[in-house]
Amino acid sequence: MEILLAILVGVLYTAGVYMLLRRSILKFIVGIIFLSNATNLLVFLAAGLVPGEPVFLESSGTVARELADPLPQALVLTAVVIGFGIVVYLLAVKYRLFHETQTDDLDQLKPTEED
Amino acid sequence: MTLAVLPILIPVVMMIIHLLIRKDSVAAISGITGSVMLLVSSGFIAREVFSGDYLSLVAGGWDAPFGISIVIDPMSALFLVISSVIVLSISIFALRLPERKKRLTRFYFFFFTLILGINGAFITGDIFNLYVWFEIMLLSSFVLITLGFSKDQMRSGIKYMALNLIGSLFFLAGIGLLYGKTGTLNMAHLAEILMNDDQSILINSSAMLFFLAFGIKAAVFPLYFWLPASYHTPDITVTSLFAGILTKVGVYAMIRFFTLFFVQDPLFWHNLLFVIAGFTMLVGGMAAISRYETRKILSYHIISQIGYMIMGLAIFTPLGIAGAIFFTLHNMLAKTNTFVVSGLINRMRGSYSLKEVGGLFRESPILATLFIIPAFALAGIPPLSGFFAKFILIKAGFEGGHYWITGIAVLTGLMTLYSMIKIWNEAFLKKVPEQEDRQETRSLNFVDLLPSIILGTATVLMGVFAAFMVDLTLLAGDALLDPVHYIESVMSK
Repeated sequence: MEILLAILVGVLYTAGVYMLLRRSILKFIVGIIFLSNATNLLVFLAAGLVPGEPVFLESSGTVARELADPLPQALVLTAVVIGFGIVVYLLAVKYRLFHETQTDDLDQLKPTEED
Repeated sequence: MTLAVLPILIPVVMMIIHLLIRKDSVAAISGITGSVMLLVSSGFIAREVFSGDYLSLVAGGWDAPFGISIVIDPMSALFLVISSVIVLSISIFALRLPERKKRLTRFYFFFFTLILGINGAFITGDIFNLYVWFEIMLLSSFVLITLGFSKDQMRSGIKYMALNLIGSLFFLAGIGLLYGKTGTLNMAHLAEILMNDDQSILINSSAMLFFLAFGIKAAVFPLYFWLPASYHTPDITVTSLFAGILTKVGVYAMIRFFTLFFVQDPLFWHNLLFVIAGFTMLVGGMAAISRYETRKILSYHIISQIGYMIMGLAIFTPLGIAGAIFFTLHNMLAKTNTFVVSGLINRMRGSYSLKEVGGLFRESPILATLFIIPAFALAGIPPLSGFFAKFILIKAGFEGGHYWITGIAVLTGLMTLYSMIKIWNEAFLKKVPEQEDRQETRSLNFVDLLPSIILGTATVLMGVFAAFMVDLTLLAGDALLDPVHYIESVMSK
């Protein structure tokens, strides 16, 4: 299971970086989604997987080592919510930008650098 | 201690208040009142911390290291006080935002959200909690940088978001790996574990991820491109706030992490930091010289000054760290002030381009004085704060035998002086350029000048009472290099 998830994380990172480097803003946002999901999975995976065990103690007899660690799951939950909020905001900005400029191509946007 | 929660409690209360307020006149009063309260409370916190006890608090009724802890050590306290001074001056500066319906209630809401994130990052004692504060800061800064939704703002906003989002993903990945290796998120507990472990070099992968994340936030050499691409488009109020505080939160986090955790492989890390610091100073300084738009010059300037802070961290002696902290504090005040003054120039002349302004010395000698204070402070002219900041860093550099980097620091100081003189000559001394479509020049009243006066006074005081400030930063530097007290104050609770 770990191997499979590790490969998935790698694939997601690759796809995310590829999408980030495209010229389209929408693809850039999709890239961010891929990268943030890959990172969430990485956090989840790095703490070690304990399959088939509950996170809650039933009685005092259980050994802590046999239980799944609830903390990474809580971290991932928080990170997912934050990532969701950011993607929604990005989409809103992208919508306004498209409304103003009628283009989705980053190269069409004139640079703002010159003095 | 309940005092420790005030820096995050006050902004939360202010956010709720500004959701309810509908009138701008009321929002102005409440916003400034909130900022004054923040300044007073951080003053009390600093007094408490420097009398010997670190303030620490573990949330939720759990014991450390399981509960989320809040720790205020001397470095946090210093950063809190200085950022509160900036917050107060910007809350006054915001009164002159462009006329729009409900502009102040909206601005203050996101303003206090940003302050919440910044103060949270300064006082937290938990790595994941730091990540959450960074995200709060980031989200509210996204909104502030695109406030008004003009075309330019959205273009540069996208660039700003892109790199900063990637930075926070690095940060999160670093946290995940670190937790997998050590099984804790509490900073003090983590420091304790890493100190007593002979395999702690294994955390280098996390260290690199954290370095990239904070490097992007702090805008160091190869990772700074988002900053000059985005800082000149939002309203000058927002830019001044960002310039003063945002990048320095990245520097704060870097100093904290590279003194508390990642001290196992000094040869590699300190050399890397030296190289980065040198390039950051030089590239930022040279780019600043080549520009003719005040906000552009000052944006590149932020980058070149970040180099000095990283240099202090890389020297890694108590004096070096103290120098880095002193420099950061001085830079926060002076940098915000130069941006505020460039906003005032724009208000008088209607332009940010140095080619279109001029003759301000004759028209407003007060504004000229207000520019001279932060500009000379940045260039390092005694008796202002920047002289002592650079003096400590250069002294620490020579004592440690780091001649190359010290030479670069001196050279960059000259470039700083040159670009400040350029603004001075062009905007203040030069005659008013002839133009056909010139706008009416406006004069400034006391409320316009007040933010700059507050910041300028703080800079002068930092220079006049330099010995006192150096003592405080030395105390903070010692505490960072020997974190026993820090660990004890959390773990014994």
